[in-house]
Order: sequence, then structure tokens, then C-alpha cells
Amino acid sequence: MGDPLTQADIDREIADIGAAVAKAVAAGEPEPERVTRDYPPYRSSLLRHPRHPLILTEEAEVELRGPVFGVTDVTDLDRDLTLHHTGEPLGERITVTGRILDRAGRPVRGQLVEVWQANAAGRYAHQRDQHPAPLDPNFTGTGRCLTDDEGRYSFVTIKPGAYPWKNHVNAWRPAHIHFSIFGTAFAQRLVTQMYFPNDPLFPYDPIYNSVTGEAARQRMIARYDHDLSSPEWSLGYRWDIVLDGPSATWMEEGR
Amino acid sequence: MKPTPSQTVGPFFGYALPQAGGGDLAPAGHPDAVVVHGHVYDGAGDPIPDALLEFWQADPAGSLTGKPGSMRRDHVDGSFAGRDGVRFTGFARVATDADGHWALRTLPPGAATPGRPPYISVCVFARGLLQHLYTRVYLEPGTDPLLASLDPGRRATLLATPESPGVYTHDIRLQGDGETVFLDFG
Repeated sequence: MGDPLTQADIDREIADIGAAVAKAVAAGEPEPERVTRDYPPYRSSLLRHPRHPLILTEEAEVELRGPVFGVTDVTDLDRDLTLHHTGEPLGERITVTGRILDRAGRPVRGQLVEVWQANAAGRYAHQRDQHPAPLDPNFTGTGRCLTDDEGRYSFVTIKPGAYPWKNHVNAWRPAHIHFSIFGTAFAQRLVTQMYFPNDPLFPYDPIYNSVTGEAARQRMIARYDHDLSSPEWSLGYRWDIVLDGPSATWMEEGR
Repeated sequence: MKPTPSQTVGPFFGYALPQAGGGDLAPAGHPDAVVVHGHVYDGAGDPIPDALLEFWQADPAGSLTGKPGSMRRDHVDGSFAGRDGVRFTGFARVATDADGHWALRTLPPGAATPGRPPYISVCVFARGLLQHLYTRVYLEPGTDPLLASLDPGRRATLLATPESPGVYTHDIRLQGDGETVFLDFG
């Protein structure tokens, strides 16, 4: 075993990759739009990404269709994470809303959006999260809803806390909400994380920085929207999501 | 429009995304039900206990219409109610267990394209995997342009292995020897 990995080690790796990307962009390469599966500063990615290139196949009749969900798959309470227990959860009450669009800007209608997150103290209601922050008996941190005809989703929750993890010594994740989204095609599937504006932990986090393009990173950050805030009740954040997917999915009318 | 980038599903999806019976896609007691099961392995050959697999497929007649009800909820107490035991929804979701093992109980898909071998589409998520990966499981041998384009060793990673009547094994290897073929749809 070598010395424990420090934040300075990880900072250096993130900076080196960033410099290589900046050099490529200066030489005329487009800025990266997607995440990099092989991103060594995130140590867990080392053995969990394929080394072979993906095989291109445009024959994807199954993947260009996708599962459907309906009123049986959600309840009215699912979108309000503050109502899942008898008491009010602790923390800063927030509304998170936005639209799910395909790359042609068409709304993704009637599809399932799922979220999960840590509580206000930065602790997940998961047995494997054992860091010494309190669990909140009034907050589980899971929610789901179906998008409406404009592709809109909406959740009421509390702002999650930052939390430590074991990638390196003194590693902390910026506050985030996990999102799982279905498009109209299985090939448009997306699981990602929504971040909050101006988080001081951004430069230190290898998962956030695994998206090596600055403009692309910004697309993971919600915007504070004062018009969404509710007097003496909650603060509002707006985050639109654009689903990736093969060009064939840009042409299909959203459901 | 520019796509929203992917991020890893992380280690803590287990209380949010999977549900009991998530891999029981075949209607209860259906005589044609088959089981496909296997492990998910990392580049060191170790099982991955925090992967999530999603399956999407045609019904036995080849229809890709799908049906709601894969994640049916109990509207009385908000818990998961499981599928209704009758309709074939076409979608299943299974988390690997502590041993990296998963199992899907389904009906063999029909051909979505006449004359082409049917397959089950698989989407793989895991802690450490920053963007999901797509692969396929073909239960019966056949030829389509994708299979024909692969050398035999790589092709084998997409073909389920019969284990006993109605039971197939199928391992998914994210990296290294026998690395599974993962797909890009253009």
C-alpha cells in the first residue's frame, strides 16, 4: 500500500486532464459534451469501464422504443418528499422543477422521473452510508413523478447536504440530487445528478469533473429562480434536462 | 440542443430504484417463462455488488408497445405493489446482490423485425460507471448485422448459455478478459 491519496493528488490529476482538454480545444477539437467513463481521479471508474470501443449499430429497433409508465406506477404523494412520514423533515424546503426535452427540443411526455438524495445533514437512508451524520426519521429521500404534456416534472423536497466519501482523504461530494429519467426510447435513458449553484466543492470533486467540458458541467447545475420561491415556505430551483440519444430519436414525436 | 451529461448511479440507489420482484417480468405461473441469470464482473474479475440492470424487450408476439405497471404502487400506503401478475410490461429492473448476481424471469421475446433473431436489450448502471452501458442478450443463436460483424469470441458475450430447460446463464464483464460487447446506437 502506498501513501493515502490526498486531495492534492486528486487536484493534480484533475488539473492535468483539464489541461489536456484545454490544449485539444485550443487545437480546434470541440469541447467535450459528455462524461468520460475512464476518469482515473474517480478511482472506482478504473475497473468499471470497458476498454474496447463501443460497437456502433444503427439497427436498434428495440432500443428505439422504450418502456411506458402510467398512473399505476406513481402515487400523488410521490413527488413531495416532505410528506412521506408523519412529521416534517429538517432542512431547507425547496421546489425543483423543469422540463425534459429531447435533442430536437421536443418535450418528453408522460415519462417516469425518479429522484433520490441525502437528507439535510448529508446522510442517505441506506445501511451502507455510515458516516456520523444524523438520519432524519421524517425523511427517506426518494421520489417519482410522470412528466406532463410540456415535459414538465416537479418535486418538493429539502436541500441535501454535502457528504464525505472514501475516494481519497477528505473527499466530499457537492450537494446533489440523483435523477433517473426515461425518454420515449430506451436509448435515451439517463441517470445523472443535479447540482446547486455556486457549490464550493465543485473544483475538488472527481465525479463532477468527470464531465471535462465546462459548458457541459454547467448543464448539470440548477438555477435558483426567485419566482419559483414561495413566500415563507420554500426556495425554487429550475433545471431543464436534455436527453441524449441516437439521431433517430430526435425525429420522433414525444409521447 | 446539447445533452445533459450522465453521472454515476452511485452506491446508494438501492433504496430508490429497485423493488422486490423487479426481475419477475413473466406473468405469474406462465408456462413459457424462462430464467436468465448471471453475474456482473469488474476488470479484476471481481463481482460487482452495486450494479443495477434494466431490461427492455418485445413481448412474445414481437410487439414493442410495452405496458405500464412495471413499478405499480399501492395507492393506500405508497409502497411498491409489484406487477399485476397478468400484463407483460416489457421492462424489468434488477440490482445485483452482495455476490454480484442477478436473475430475470421473463418470456422469450418475439422478433421485432421478421427474420432477425430477437433479443433482450440491457442497460447497465453501477457505482464507478459514469455513464450507463447498453448490451443485449440473445437467447437463441441467429444472425443479424451486429452479430455477423463481431468475431466469435466477442459475439459470444451477447449469447446466453443454456443451463437447463428454461434456464440460461449470462455474465456481464465491464472490462478485461471476455469483456462484454457494449453498444452505441449512433
